[in-house]
Amino acid sequence: MSDSRLCTFLVDDLYLGVDVTDVQEVIRYQAMTSVPLAPEAVFGLINLRGQIVPALDLRTMLGLPPLDGDELPTNVVIRDGADDAVSLLVDSIGDVVDTDGVDFEPVPSTLTGPARELVLGAYKLPGSLLLVLDTHRALALPRRSAVSA
Amino acid sequence: MLNAPVFADGLDDIAQEFLVESYENLDELDRALVALEKEPNSRPLLASIFRTIHTIKGTSGFLAFNRLEAVTHVGENVLSKLRDGHLELTPEITTVLLRMVDTVRALLGTIELTGVEGDVDTAEVEAALAACLEPPAAAVVTETTESTDAVTSVETVRTPDHTEVHEVAQTRTVVDTVEHKDAEHDVHVVEVHETIRTVDAVGPAEHDAGPDQVVHVAHVATHGAGALGQTANGQSANGQSANGQTANGQSAHGHHANGNGRKAGAHADAAASTLAADIEADDQGDDDGSRRSVADSSIRVDVGVLDQLMRMVGELVLTRNQVVQYVGDLQHAELQRAAQRLNLIASELQEGVMKTRMQPIGQVWSRLPRVVRDLGAQCGKPVRLVMEGRETELDRTLLEAVKDPLTHLVRNAVDHGLESPEARVAAGKPAEGTLSLRAYHEGGQVVLETTDDGGGIDPVRVGEKAVEKGLVTREDLARMSDREVLDLIFRPGFSTAAAVTNVSGRGVGMDVVRTNIEKIGGTVDLSSQVGRGTTVRIRIPLTLAIIPALVVGQEGDAYAIPQANLLELVRLDPDSADLGVEHVGGAPVYRLRGTLLPLVFLADQLQLDTTNRPEALNIVVLGADNSQFGLVVEEIRDTQEIVVQPLSKQVKHVDVFAGATITGDGKVALILDVAGLANRAAALPSGAGNHSLDRDAHLDITDSRSRLLICQVGERRLAIPMDHVARLEEFPLSQVERAGTAEVVQYRDDLLRLVHVGALLGIHSDPTDTGSYSVVVHREDDGTAAVGLVVDRILDVIEEEVVLSAVGRHGGLQGSAELQSRVTDIVDVPALVASARAGSYV
Repeated sequence: MSDSRLCTFLVDDLYLGVDVTDVQEVIRYQAMTSVPLAPEAVFGLINLRGQIVPALDLRTMLGLPPLDGDELPTNVVIRDGADDAVSLLVDSIGDVVDTDGVDFEPVPSTLTGPARELVLGAYKLPGSLLLVLDTHRALALPRRSAVSA
Repeated sequence: MLNAPVFADGLDDIAQEFLVESYENLDELDRALVALEKEPNSRPLLASIFRTIHTIKGTSGFLAFNRLEAVTHVGENVLSKLRDGHLELTPEITTVLLRMVDTVRALLGTIELTGVEGDVDTAEVEAALAACLEPPAAAVVTETTESTDAVTSVETVRTPDHTEVHEVAQTRTVVDTVEHKDAEHDVHVVEVHETIRTVDAVGPAEHDAGPDQVVHVAHVATHGAGALGQTANGQSANGQSANGQTANGQSAHGHHANGNGRKAGAHADAAASTLAADIEADDQGDDDGSRRSVADSSIRVDVGVLDQLMRMVGELVLTRNQVVQYVGDLQHAELQRAAQRLNLIASELQEGVMKTRMQPIGQVWSRLPRVVRDLGAQCGKPVRLVMEGRETELDRTLLEAVKDPLTHLVRNAVDHGLESPEARVAAGKPAEGTLSLRAYHEGGQVVLETTDDGGGIDPVRVGEKAVEKGLVTREDLARMSDREVLDLIFRPGFSTAAAVTNVSGRGVGMDVVRTNIEKIGGTVDLSSQVGRGTTVRIRIPLTLAIIPALVVGQEGDAYAIPQANLLELVRLDPDSADLGVEHVGGAPVYRLRGTLLPLVFLADQLQLDTTNRPEALNIVVLGADNSQFGLVVEEIRDTQEIVVQPLSKQVKHVDVFAGATITGDGKVALILDVAGLANRAAALPSGAGNHSLDRDAHLDITDSRSRLLICQVGERRLAIPMDHVARLEEFPLSQVERAGTAEVVQYRDDLLRLVHVGALLGIHSDPTDTGSYSVVVHREDDGTAAVGLVVDRILDVIEEEVVLSAVGRHGGLQGSAELQSRVTDIVDVPALVASARAGSYV
């Protein structure tokens, strides 16, 4: 990892983080256009200042129930290659956490289900466990699930 | 001169530019050489060819590509002789010159890849070129020194303010010696002679003559001497040194003009540099001037920059749309005026940027004369190539995409299309075949036609070949129209060439042509008349970036449909909505001016939950791949110019969408891929989606007057040919028993197995509502057990002419026909019974 800082966010009760250099921006919920016939995790397409960006729902990908009632997710826009960007929908955004010197451990055995596949490992922060999301797999996942479907 | 490449790591800018420019020049050269063959005496053409080679030679010398320089140098010699009329252009010479162009291209390719010339073989071409020159004089090598001397002397002459005019006499003697030894190069010698004489005259009177005249004379002298040196050294490497000296002479001369301090010194200098840039200048002065000015007024721009610009303009247009929309709601005159201006400027800007990406089709065509010539020569067929609409412009990405398909079509036309000259003459045609290429704009599309006046394509032969290759069955073939048969050529693995030549006929080709053209949203079709020729017509959109589209709404979301696919809009009012739509084989159709138009519901295709069925039916009639269908949408909004953006990889595989766009209100709208939609609809069991209108209008079987049993199943009318009907029976439900999973009745001391036609055909029906089953007893000729086909109601037995249409054909249905003025499905009884026996639906 090129930077020890992680951009963190909450999805259900999971405390997740991605490399801060991968994050293009964080924006509030945007109206989106749903894509019929697309994989379930693709919530829709958003207009990001003229660029059309797909929004992937992390809850669906992690096998979690949908967000309650009126709550709206937040877009964490991740750079995907040179020109593309993909938004990950999360419940709420957290701080940027410096993990320099913090113990990194492989995926904890308590983590089960689809989440296990999407997490690279965990940082043991005081009082919490920060899971590092594998953005590469996360962005590729919807396609795979569509093929198998 | 440097021997090492001037750049160590990769290509520097100058070399890069040299490569780009040279490639362009070579394409031009190919064209010009072939054209030259037609008009061997055209001086402008020769001059332009000479100039091109000369430019490459000059630059390659400067960049120290010595072998490139050597090849072009010999080529230049041949060309100069041609130009001066000392050599007649023969097809052999043209071939050698074209080979030189190939060698140069190969050298450039190596330079581009490696930065150095590599080991491309140039010796052979050089030798061939040299052989084109008249037989070399016996004592070439001995002359070398003398001619070089001559050059030196002439050089001296060109400094007339020194009192060295007497040296002219000396030069003359040298020239005389050469003259005697080398009779063949007489002309050049005479040229030098003349020049020297002029210098003689100018020399003493130089004060009157003025510097530019001196420059001119001096130049002619240099040129003559150079030519002399070159020809004398034709085959020896020393030619270069002589050449080097002439260049020196020129610069020395320029200095002189300056040093002289005459008023017109600057003028002379300018003139000298013009000469240095192009030795041809005195022959072709006027024409050359205009050429340069064109070159100066254009610049090279990286395509990436243009693409970026295009994207940004796209965004600007969208923002403009939004601004204009909001401003319209405000009562602010100034703001509205400003918005209007913005509107106008944005449109113009968009147009302007689009234009930068447009390039004439002539660019792709420029290499075709060469292809045709080589191929014609190889096949022994003289071919006349006619091009119309060379200036027709289209987007450069599209231009790239049509390059290969077009070349393929041209190859096909020459190799297979045109007959041998003997056959042509025998058929009363001129021996020379004509291949014409046409390009023109039509309805927002570019049409590219490739027409040959050859033997045409015989549908019978195509059909036989297709059956032989197992592409279609004989039965299918019998049902096909000639047009459809010809269309088989586009199937993968098809080739009619009797013999595989190394040109074409390997069975790959037309299908690739079609695939490639369809990839860019275009279509290909072919028409042919036996004995008259073949035309292949390619239609492609002008640009891919911004397209006009119809925006439709479904469940609150907007979808864009490219206007290129749009044929017409039909709206059925609430009261006529039910009347207009009929069902054939489970698929809804609409009768549009006498033709059955399969209907596809957008909501169904996209698997959307439809909350409200609207009273009125909006049908968007679409065409793709020669087939038509009606897309039923919830609402029709408006037409817009949309900027196409590709879909991200997470949703790219959804084949019903071609891309996405941002509409005027800032929302994202998906662009429907009409061909993908048609395919999807056709793949669904109930979909009649993709039937060609051709086939619909066209009668598959005309079976005059058949006897048919008409019965009702659910909402549908079915017809069962009477040949398959043994008896009609009515069984009360109480008689029906079960045997395993099947329903049976006791019938004539045997068990009659009952088969529900509705269930087999996927039609919802309830045959029990009358308390009894209406059964059509079917007994096959081979004496197998009878089967009872259960229908809801038996209506009639009729005798009518059946005009069978393929609409609705699937599983147990042969298709449909209009019987008693109503659409009726014709049951394929054997197929139906077979599927029942297989137990799949019972």
